[in-house]
Amino acid sequence: MMRADDYRVVKQELAGLQVNVTSYKIGDSYHCHIDNIDPGATIARTEGLTREEAELAALARALERLKARHGNR
Amino acid sequence: MQSYSNPEVLVSTEWVDLHRSDPNVVIAEVDVDTSAYSEGHIPGAVGWNWQTQLCDVVRRDIIGQSDLERLMSNSGIGNDTTLILYGDNNNWFAAWAFWQLKMYSHKDVRIMNGGRKRWLAEGREVTRELPARTKSGYKVLKYDQMFRAFRRQVEDEMKSPQTALVDVRSGDEYSGTLLAPPGLPETCQRGGHIPGAKNIPWGLACNEDGTFKSPQELEAIYAGKGVTSDKSVIAYCRIGERSSHTWFVLKYLLGYPNVRNYDGSWTEWGNLVGAPVERGA
Repeated sequence: MMRADDYRVVKQELAGLQVNVTSYKIGDSYHCHIDNIDPGATIARTEGLTREEAELAALARALERLKARHGNR
Repeated sequence: MQSYSNPEVLVSTEWVDLHRSDPNVVIAEVDVDTSAYSEGHIPGAVGWNWQTQLCDVVRRDIIGQSDLERLMSNSGIGNDTTLILYGDNNNWFAAWAFWQLKMYSHKDVRIMNGGRKRWLAEGREVTRELPARTKSGYKVLKYDQMFRAFRRQVEDEMKSPQTALVDVRSGDEYSGTLLAPPGLPETCQRGGHIPGAKNIPWGLACNEDGTFKSPQELEAIYAGKGVTSDKSVIAYCRIGERSSHTWFVLKYLLGYPNVRNYDGSWTEWGNLVGAPVERGA
């Protein structure tokens, strides 16, 4: 039976924004998604072989997306 | 303890786990992030894409009747099926689907309290297998736009003391500091809010685990800002999904008799030439 193991939510600051970093393992893969707490939109979603790999990739993608947005203003 | 006005529209994760194999129950996952479903979903749940399956993909509008009938039929949903909706972001787009299905008069549609977040956090079973569903011959029996507000109605009613406009976006979007939530496209030319609207962000209705707050807490949140059941309430956000969440709370959990979702929302209002806009908190 598959389920989300090691489910974890960590709040942290990213590019001046409060975000939730949510990670868990389904099957052989770790999944991570980052949302801005207010209003709660998902900014990045990634997959990795370890939690660290998934989280680092998600943080990098979220940062890139947030910076690109500020660059367009 | 006081219960919700319409408790039948909300089911717990436990209930879904117990009933997910019932022949008359169909579960549909509707996520903001449409890739979430493929990570793993409730066994047997179909996945609906809000960007292509719950709207008109040509003009800006909700899903048309024939498209809805096709979606429901292909998902194996009959007119008497109990349909359970859930999704990410505390059920943003599950509420969007619920709102549309109520206008299309589906008899038994419910939302799973806590959504995808709670299901995963509780370590309940998920799968990546796509369900095989037998097509039904779904027919819409009645369509009524009574839960929808259009721009002209908002313009007509915005100054009435009997109307409460609720802007459910974040404080920064409401004040005009931001045009869109960080990380999402900026879809308007101007920032701010509709004059007279109260800012009650959608997320205030939820607990940390994604479930809805108690009726007493919800009532205090909305009544505390003057949004009471004797008023005609119009909720809006950026594109109408967060406000469908608030519409669900006010209409079904608190039982307010007259609540509509302005799905044109700020994407429409913030682009209108000459429309009045207020800025600041």
